[in-house]
Amino acid sequence: MTPLDALESQSIYIFREAFNRIGKLAMLWSLGKDSNVMVWLARKAFFGRLPFPVLHIDTGKKFKEMYDFRDQYAKEWGLDLILGDCPPVEEMDPSLPPAARSAARKTAGLKRVLKAHGFEGVFAGIRRDEEGTRAKERYFSPRSGAGAGKWDVRDQPPEFWGQFNTDFPPGTHLRIHPLLHWTELDIWKYSDREKIPMVPLYFARNGKRYRSLGDQDITSPVSSNASTVAEVIAELETTKVAERSGRAMDHEAEDAFERLRADGYM
Amino acid sequence: MPGTSREGLKVAIVGHVDHGKSTLVGRLLHDTGSLPEGKVEAIREVCRRRGVEFEWAFLMDALQAERDQGITIDTSQIWIKSQSRDYVIIDAPGHKEFLKNMITGAAASDAALLVIDGAEGVKEQSRRHGYLLHLLGVRQIAVAVNKMDLVGFSQARFEEIEKEYRAYLIGVGVTPTHIVPISGRGGDNVVTQSVNMPWYKGPTVMGALERFKVVTQPEGLPLRMPVQDVYKFDHRRIIAGRIDSGVLKVGDRVLFSPSNKSARVASIEAWLVPGTPTEVRAGISTGFTLDEQIFVERGEIVSHEAQPPIESDVFRARLFWLGKTSLTVGSRYRLKLATAEAQVRVQAIEHVVDTGDLSTAASDKVERNAVAEVILQADRVLALDEFTSAPLSGRFVLVDGYDIAGGGIISMAGYADQRQALTVKSRNITWTEQAVSVEARARRNGHRGGVIWFTGLSGSGKSTLSSAVERRLFSLGYQVFVLDGDNMRHGLNSDLGFSPDERAENIRRVGEVAALMSRAGMVVLTAFISPYRSDRARARKAVGDSFHEVYVKADLATCERRDPKGLYRKARAGEIQEFTGISAPYEPPETAELVVDTAAMDVEQSVDAIVSYVREQFADRAAQAAGGKR
Repeated sequence: MTPLDALESQSIYIFREAFNRIGKLAMLWSLGKDSNVMVWLARKAFFGRLPFPVLHIDTGKKFKEMYDFRDQYAKEWGLDLILGDCPPVEEMDPSLPPAARSAARKTAGLKRVLKAHGFEGVFAGIRRDEEGTRAKERYFSPRSGAGAGKWDVRDQPPEFWGQFNTDFPPGTHLRIHPLLHWTELDIWKYSDREKIPMVPLYFARNGKRYRSLGDQDITSPVSSNASTVAEVIAELETTKVAERSGRAMDHEAEDAFERLRADGYM
Repeated sequence: MPGTSREGLKVAIVGHVDHGKSTLVGRLLHDTGSLPEGKVEAIREVCRRRGVEFEWAFLMDALQAERDQGITIDTSQIWIKSQSRDYVIIDAPGHKEFLKNMITGAAASDAALLVIDGAEGVKEQSRRHGYLLHLLGVRQIAVAVNKMDLVGFSQARFEEIEKEYRAYLIGVGVTPTHIVPISGRGGDNVVTQSVNMPWYKGPTVMGALERFKVVTQPEGLPLRMPVQDVYKFDHRRIIAGRIDSGVLKVGDRVLFSPSNKSARVASIEAWLVPGTPTEVRAGISTGFTLDEQIFVERGEIVSHEAQPPIESDVFRARLFWLGKTSLTVGSRYRLKLATAEAQVRVQAIEHVVDTGDLSTAASDKVERNAVAEVILQADRVLALDEFTSAPLSGRFVLVDGYDIAGGGIISMAGYADQRQALTVKSRNITWTEQAVSVEARARRNGHRGGVIWFTGLSGSGKSTLSSAVERRLFSLGYQVFVLDGDNMRHGLNSDLGFSPDERAENIRRVGEVAALMSRAGMVVLTAFISPYRSDRARARKAVGDSFHEVYVKADLATCERRDPKGLYRKARAGEIQEFTGISAPYEPPETAELVVDTAAMDVEQSVDAIVSYVREQFADRAAQAAGGKR
């Protein structure tokens, strides 16, 4: 069993546990590299077929390449796609720094869709190596409170021996994180092995490429000449630049990202 | 492709609060060049704004509450690279309050580094974590004696701690791979050899990590695959799950436990895997179809027929308790074992373990964060393994309400594998109705048939009472017969010894014989210790409504004083192994039809009580209705 096989097997196990134990499920599809791998793994888990819908929470500010990608692969992969829109930034908590306030729209949009469809659990493609508070997440992460988004970081359930907390008081909502144990490099190696299509913005043009995709106005590219998957892998094996260095909302204030996440950001 | 052949290893960093775990991890990251650029500057800036000294721990302690209080609340993971390996470093909180988070982190690791403060020495959580690592199944443990700068890099101080903690770990059953004197803050012996401790000749912390062995999948062990789900998305009916151990091949005859159904593997199913897979190995999440449509469901364990898991509804467990309320005898919890779930009841707390000095003590409860040995009784038969032979199906968690409240590992010491008793090997058999009815026999005999099942400790009075009751009933005109332990073992059961499995089989046969005789119209008296509830429940099932359990009650001290056959003396002297009450369990009945307290009543009173019970319960109802009376 190769390291990639081990990562894949664990993710499939989590998908199947959630599918068996949790009621109405959906998967977040942000169109980024991680969520494409997540869709792929779910199809593996269920032998080619995705037995739940995918949600794209559309801020309306994504890159054109991302919308093109969405339209093409939703059809090609036979996805049951649900689109959710986001409230205007003026409705967001004004005490947040500007980029975080903008990013908070996505949380609000997500809560709206979850409520409208009555989803009990939602798969999100976050990884521990992305950011410090994500590193402390569980595979099965309960959320409660208004809008069922609140994350109680001080009292998370224990999770060990492949046993997950799957029973909760009524009104609890669940985030399920099948990619939690993957790294950015793993994602690229796996997409190379499996030939998973990706948004072209990840590959260098004119000495720049995106390592992480978000809203156009709060996401910037990094300097890079990596124009193929193999070159991206080679770059990541030696780089010292943080993956989310181009995501403005991570860097505005020490606690901005934790505040976003505690309120239900992915 | 670069990097694909690199090894991976997950290492947990554990130990007492404030002994410098997070600092050591920060140092490891920095000194191995694993930090992204700008990270150290960012932390320096955070520390400046907070008005505190530079704090390596902030790398892992990302939560505001952690930084505000200077304490790790939840486990975190971070990645470092060496020449040949990719490490996942799992930082685990050391404060007792967050033990559930420590367990969450440590249980996911292949190896552990336990950090001890050289100035403070071995503390409560140093020991508890060492103990728990072993219980969690982590077998490779290295130790770092930290903050050596605070004790003047003293060799004597290091050796004092090394000696104390090594002795403790050996008591738990662990031999530490290395014990390294370090200073996390100064980087001494973290990645580079310390110039301050020339007397230390062993590896650095990084060297100790590099010497851990990579954990491989147990392909050589017997096949185990807990059924996770059964899918019918199209024409295929796919049994899905992850192979815990062994290898599954197309064409294999596989057994599902505890339903004990079997079939052949027709195909191994996979999406987008080139070719048709013919086998699948330990560690892989897979799915397969069968050559015949048998009903199996989530919770069963797939094995080969030759090496199946154990089947039992009672087992012994060493567990750690995380519950908000204490675990007590008689409490009920939901058990999750692999993918199976069942209700369990705490039948006994054998003892609680003091993880400080490894002593054990009797207790009627297990408090939060404590470790204990308990006996659990499930409401149905489960497929399971001993932890030492198949770890993944030899461990479980207990759920209290909505919360995972504890975890434990299974031992069957003193308890039988019930598989044989549950398995009907004969096929194509049907039950033939007797030509003479039960009612006709009762009319002829003047009483109905049935079984009086005596149970109790050796020396409680079962044989004495059964003989006396037999004589009395016979003189009253009853068709009555005693099945006695030694007599059964002379003939029908002469092939059986006294191991838990053989005792279970002995009782099963007695139950079946008693059932046949009671159907023949007899009043059957059985006089067996029959210590296990599950065995007696099975006899009750074989006999049916006319089964009457009589608990011959006498405490151990009374029985031992009587000792009619001198067996207790021999058991105490160690001449008899697995002797009920001394070295093997006795499970008293919870709902016996009759309790006869032989410590309080003499033989005559006891016989009277039983005989009047029989006259009441075994009367021929038809005759009674017609006005007859015996």
